[in-house]
Amino acid sequence: MKIPFSLTVNGKPVSTEIEPRALLVEFLRGPLQLTGTHVGCDTAQCGACTVLVDGKPMKSCNMLAIQAQGANVTTIEGLAQGDALHPMQAAFRKHHGLQCGFCTPGMVLSAVGLAGQVKQPSEAQIREALDGNFCRCTGYHNIVKAVQEGLADMTA
Amino acid sequence: MTDTTVREKPASAAPQRATKPGGPIGARIERKEDARFLTGAGQYTDDVALPHQTYASFVRSPHAHARIRALRVDAAKGAPGVIAVYTGADIPQSVGGLPCGWLITGSDGKPMKEPKHPILAQGKVRHVGDPVAIVIAESAAQAKEAAQLVDVDYEALPAVVDVRDAMRKGAPAVHDEAPDNVCYVWALGDKAAADAAFAKAAHVTTLQLVNNRLIPNAIEPRACNATYSRADDSYTLYVANQNPHVERLLMTAFVLGLPEHKVRVIAPDVGGGFGSKIYLYAEETVCVWASKLVGRPIKWTAERGESFQSDAHGRDHVTRAELALDKDGRFLGMRVQTTAAMGAYLSTFASCIPTILYATLLAGQYRTPAIHCEVTAVFTNTAPVDAYRGAGRPEATYVVERLVATAAREMGIAQDQIRRRNFIREFPYATPVALTYDTGDYEACLDGAMKLADVAGFAKRKEEAAKRGKLRGLGYSSYIEACGLAPSNVAGSLGARAGLFEAGEVRVHPTGKVTVFTGSHSHGQGHETTFAQVVAGRLGIAVEDIDVVHGDTGRIPFGMGTYGSRSIAVGGTAIMKAVDKIVAKGRKIAAHLMEVSDADVEFADGKFTVKGTDKNVPFAQVALTAYVPHNYPLDKLEPGLDETAFYDPTNFTYPAGTHICEVEIDPQTGETKIVAFSACDDFGNIINPMIVEGQVHGGLAQGIGQALLEACVYDRDSGQLLTGSYMDYAMPRAADFPSFRVDTRVTPCTHNPLGVKGCGEAGAIGAPAAVINAICDATGAKDVAMPATSERVWRVVRENQGRA
Repeated sequence: MKIPFSLTVNGKPVSTEIEPRALLVEFLRGPLQLTGTHVGCDTAQCGACTVLVDGKPMKSCNMLAIQAQGANVTTIEGLAQGDALHPMQAAFRKHHGLQCGFCTPGMVLSAVGLAGQVKQPSEAQIREALDGNFCRCTGYHNIVKAVQEGLADMTA
Repeated sequence: MTDTTVREKPASAAPQRATKPGGPIGARIERKEDARFLTGAGQYTDDVALPHQTYASFVRSPHAHARIRALRVDAAKGAPGVIAVYTGADIPQSVGGLPCGWLITGSDGKPMKEPKHPILAQGKVRHVGDPVAIVIAESAAQAKEAAQLVDVDYEALPAVVDVRDAMRKGAPAVHDEAPDNVCYVWALGDKAAADAAFAKAAHVTTLQLVNNRLIPNAIEPRACNATYSRADDSYTLYVANQNPHVERLLMTAFVLGLPEHKVRVIAPDVGGGFGSKIYLYAEETVCVWASKLVGRPIKWTAERGESFQSDAHGRDHVTRAELALDKDGRFLGMRVQTTAAMGAYLSTFASCIPTILYATLLAGQYRTPAIHCEVTAVFTNTAPVDAYRGAGRPEATYVVERLVATAAREMGIAQDQIRRRNFIREFPYATPVALTYDTGDYEACLDGAMKLADVAGFAKRKEEAAKRGKLRGLGYSSYIEACGLAPSNVAGSLGARAGLFEAGEVRVHPTGKVTVFTGSHSHGQGHETTFAQVVAGRLGIAVEDIDVVHGDTGRIPFGMGTYGSRSIAVGGTAIMKAVDKIVAKGRKIAAHLMEVSDADVEFADGKFTVKGTDKNVPFAQVALTAYVPHNYPLDKLEPGLDETAFYDPTNFTYPAGTHICEVEIDPQTGETKIVAFSACDDFGNIINPMIVEGQVHGGLAQGIGQALLEACVYDRDSGQLLTGSYMDYAMPRAADFPSFRVDTRVTPCTHNPLGVKGCGEAGAIGAPAAVINAICDATGAKDVAMPATSERVWRVVRENQGRA
């Protein structure tokens, strides 16, 4: 039995029907083919599936799609404005804050979600704030630098 | 302090080609691949959707060791959406087991034991997660639900998961072919000479060490999508893999018996490997086999729990090590006895890790004249163990650097002094354990690391910490690694069943744009940028005009893939050799165009110039001429500008460096903080310092993770995997590390044209010993087991009151 489902994804309205048990990440990666959102653990620890739901970072492997009924969802595909990278994406590129790229979409969206929480967060605060996102490649060093600059550029 | 200073060694014999100041080589160029990764446009295996694809779920053993009495699949076959269910009984006799690529011959002259590794369990299961059946359905959810309906009647058998238990008399045998669980006993070095060194020693340091088992945990789980085409009787396999040609060769020639040219393996964007995606695994092999029967693509993506249970693990050594010294702290000899876990089956390169990539590194950076090492490899009822970032070399460094640091403390010699007294200073240097180091400057890296770590200010920091009731310690680790695998003839004489060369093709298009095809595979290393820089530097064209293609047996001539920090040293050199051919042919074309002899033409800055004149033709014009050969020496030269080269190195490369860790410990809780970590490494010439630093950072995080956080734990009685999720396995997070201090020194490799050595594993190799040495320095303990959890550190603090 499918149920009606409407929401906005990356600024575009979507109206469809879904299986009640479909996870948000399954809906994004499957029917919408937004494969930039990744699944690393299916248990809400690694953070690769992080998307913004009404501006807040959420682990899309750990919520039902239907919980996003009527919500405004932003995935990594919706962050750049045309060819212009979002300041956080640009900072990740500049500081080599990504290697294999698999954790990157979730990491970038978690970082974007930090904006406005603390003004000019310290390195330690950023490290604590990234608690829900694993990266196995970078040792986090360049991610922290990127997030620091990305947050500063977002408020500039 | 992450700026890279390059100290040139003027006397080096290494060619310094194409390192023009201001050119792309040596520049911090932002990565080409980032554009897609940052915008969600990457294509990882699970992103590949093939028309009419089906979904697979594997039924896995819940037991560490059991006999399969009966297997009933009817209920699963009748479940909604199910297309097929296959078990070990369905696999034809003609299908082989998963092969091991390295034959180790034991000290007794006999070959290692190689029990069959079936692609689906036959009769017995031998570790938790051993695949028993595959269920293929219309959706992933239906496959998973039906898999739960497969009814397996197991007779549980006693299991062994710890190498010490596996060696005990009467221990349960993992395989009937190895009743004592021993795969091989192998030795390297001169035992009599080592014994003689110990007989005359003024001091002997002895350590019992455990190198903890790790689970690689690339964030992208393993995945595949296999399809069969009736049109030309061919298969295509998308797979998260580090070396698609090797995957294809092993799968077709040794397991499925398919014609190699009828199988195309594509490893698209791969989300980290760290060794764990080198191997040929059962899952993708079963999917390829079943894809013809099903007649539709079969897609499988591991859940994280499956990754924990079935990815090849790393390390898992138990070692007794001794160092003999004279009264001045000069090393006289070393004896090492190691028991290494193989797991339940021999993974693709399992056998060479604790032997060829371990014992050969026990000389470290030192002139230890006599070394003997004996390795016993044993089967256990666990996931297979194979290469994980560093692969044997972290284990060797851990032995050497724990011994050196402990000996220094026991003898009252400063940590830097004992190292300086024993450093190798003349090159080439033949070690007593089979390697010949071509070049290095170990003292330069030691000095560099001490400067980064502000060793001079440590006493003050320790005093200040003591006022706050905290313990501070400094730990050194001067590691060496053998990378750039490897001269094929040497590897072959040591048991390798494969060549270890690399292939590169450089295709110049008519407009002068270039596509490079490399047998190396990038899964985070940034080859698309680094290799483009190398080619751009040599051809004098823009980095943007060069694309690098990797990971596809259908497009790339051949390749041995990426492991052992070999990509730039071997893969990069193969590309350079192909570029040399391009330039050589281009010179002939240019000579014809300028009506001079070939010998009068030189190539630099993207132009072919008549020597001593300013008469020239640009590279792009030569390229166009090659494809529009109207004015062309067709009698002497083929048209086109596309060259392939295979490169087989003449020696390993030897990156080396010193890492210094500073810890602060709360003696009340045992909580250990890395307050600073400094790494000064010599990777030879560096193509892109930004990427190299990133590689070092990542390696350090894995090395520190091993030392402080990570451990794969199986229950010693039941054989159950206790660390089977991220709730139990301590993956390092951002807050577990400080910012790293990294720097480099340069002695160019003497035997490849780029003078490069490789940088991918250094951090993971050097860091564990530095961390543990720091904890021992802070607490006065002789040893603390990895991972040095708060509880373990708290205990050693109590046991060693007043010794620090």
